[in-house]
Amino acid sequence: MSIASLQEELIEEFSLFDDWMDKYEHLIELGKSLPLIDPALKSEDKLIKGCQSKVWLNAELKDNDIVFTADSDAIITKGIIAVLIRVFSNQKPEEIIKADMNFIDEIGLKEHLSPTRANGLVSMIKQMKLYAVAFQAQLKN
Amino acid sequence: MSFDVQKIREDFPILHRQVNGYPLVYLDNAATSQKPQAVIDCIVDYYSLYNANIHRGVHTLSQEATDAYEKARRKIQQHFHIALPEEVIFTSGTTHGINLVANGFASILKKGDEVLVSALEHHSNIVPWQMLCERTGASLKVIPMNESGELRMDHYDTLLTPKTQLVFVNHVSNALGTINPIEEIIEKAHAMNAAVLIDGAQSCAHIRPDLQKLNVDFYVTSAHKMCGPTGVGMLYGKKEWLEKLPPYQGGGEMIKEVTFEKTTYAELPHKFEAGTPNICGGIAFGAAIDYLNEIGFETIANYEDSLLIYATQRLLEIEGLKIYGTSKNKTAVISFNLEGIHPYDVGTIVDKLGIAVRTGHHCAQPIMDFYNIPGTVRASFSFYNTKEEVDRLTEAVQRAKSMLS
Repeated sequence: MSIASLQEELIEEFSLFDDWMDKYEHLIELGKSLPLIDPALKSEDKLIKGCQSKVWLNAELKDNDIVFTADSDAIITKGIIAVLIRVFSNQKPEEIIKADMNFIDEIGLKEHLSPTRANGLVSMIKQMKLYAVAFQAQLKN
Repeated sequence: MSFDVQKIREDFPILHRQVNGYPLVYLDNAATSQKPQAVIDCIVDYYSLYNANIHRGVHTLSQEATDAYEKARRKIQQHFHIALPEEVIFTSGTTHGINLVANGFASILKKGDEVLVSALEHHSNIVPWQMLCERTGASLKVIPMNESGELRMDHYDTLLTPKTQLVFVNHVSNALGTINPIEEIIEKAHAMNAAVLIDGAQSCAHIRPDLQKLNVDFYVTSAHKMCGPTGVGMLYGKKEWLEKLPPYQGGGEMIKEVTFEKTTYAELPHKFEAGTPNICGGIAFGAAIDYLNEIGFETIANYEDSLLIYATQRLLEIEGLKIYGTSKNKTAVISFNLEGIHPYDVGTIVDKLGIAVRTGHHCAQPIMDFYNIPGTVRASFSFYNTKEEVDRLTEAVQRAKSMLS
């Protein structure tokens, strides 16, 4: 599925909840169902530091697609990671690079992606795009 | 005087707003306090009626502004029971005051000297001393804390030696609310001829210190912690110390005479007040002090103590909730975690319910490392908070717990 249609799917999925509580409960469920990351990957070099919560992000190239795995010590952060992984994992580097991030607004989770929130998510998105740039360069060579 | 919290709340316009569809419950008072109408009016009056630069104009507005600013200095002097008005230096806040003193000591300290800080410090009270020690070759020693979040005074006794030149301790810990035994700390330091700086940022809204009686060498605080505006604070220094320390910044206001060969510095307090100050902020700082004194610090402390006891009881009803900082001697601050749940998650859910608490390491990472936790949720209370708000917090934390576990 393309990034755009995965985003559409998520917007629709979250639009089912009018109440913020239900939305967050869904997000927490997504966080809990995020596949466990290999503990060896929760290392200092995979760590994105936020003042509030920590995020670990790993990226690998598999058949020209990038596979992301990630974890966080906070469950709401982990829920948003699950959303981001669903959209960006198993995608081509060039698709990730040009992907629009507005869907986070439409889901109603914008506040978590404020640069001042210091939960590591803004840096995580940046890091995902940087991995995409690096893998794209690698593929061209 | 009986204390009517509902009447007090009328003085604070912000307490009447809604957040995320709920009436705001503001429990982040340790980060900054809300402002009463009297302080807001003072700011509006200044800019509406007599805004001018001070200390140099001969025109009426300048004179009025200068009078109001200097009157505020005297209010601060009286409030903290300081001997001389020139011992009150206006700063931009606590951090500025600390840096001013640290910078001054760079010319006094030498290799082999020691500086003591407490394990309960805010980063702003650790970093300047580390920088100072790097510059001078002095070493930084830490007074450790115990499990309850109290300073280990037995260790203080051994750390304090003739090499100790300076001791820096906060009156109240921002992360845990512990009230430190500053009288004892000052007395023992002086017996070793060491100077003491007390950081009053977290105590000034709750405890009115008598700086002459304390016999402290330096005291710093910020207006915004005590119902005043941000961007202004005060440094108290004993006159002999302030005369000994070199100026921190060069510029207008701080000079007596300038030629290209030599500049003579102005007298205290202007020596440390380079440039145009936060005039309006200084005047409003005075208005905030008046407001608090009208209520009375004893009344404030008694009421906040009752809130602390009630909130501690209510929160401990929640199974798996652990409070960090359990000293008997503390201000109305409760730092806590729910077992197995990250503070960020709790903070996010309670915010959705209109409650403002702080989450994270509270700029006191060494304390979090001590407890081996990423951070805490911190609810800090003020005299305008109510028991009903404590109930709302308790319900919100309960709800967060059931959602997150």
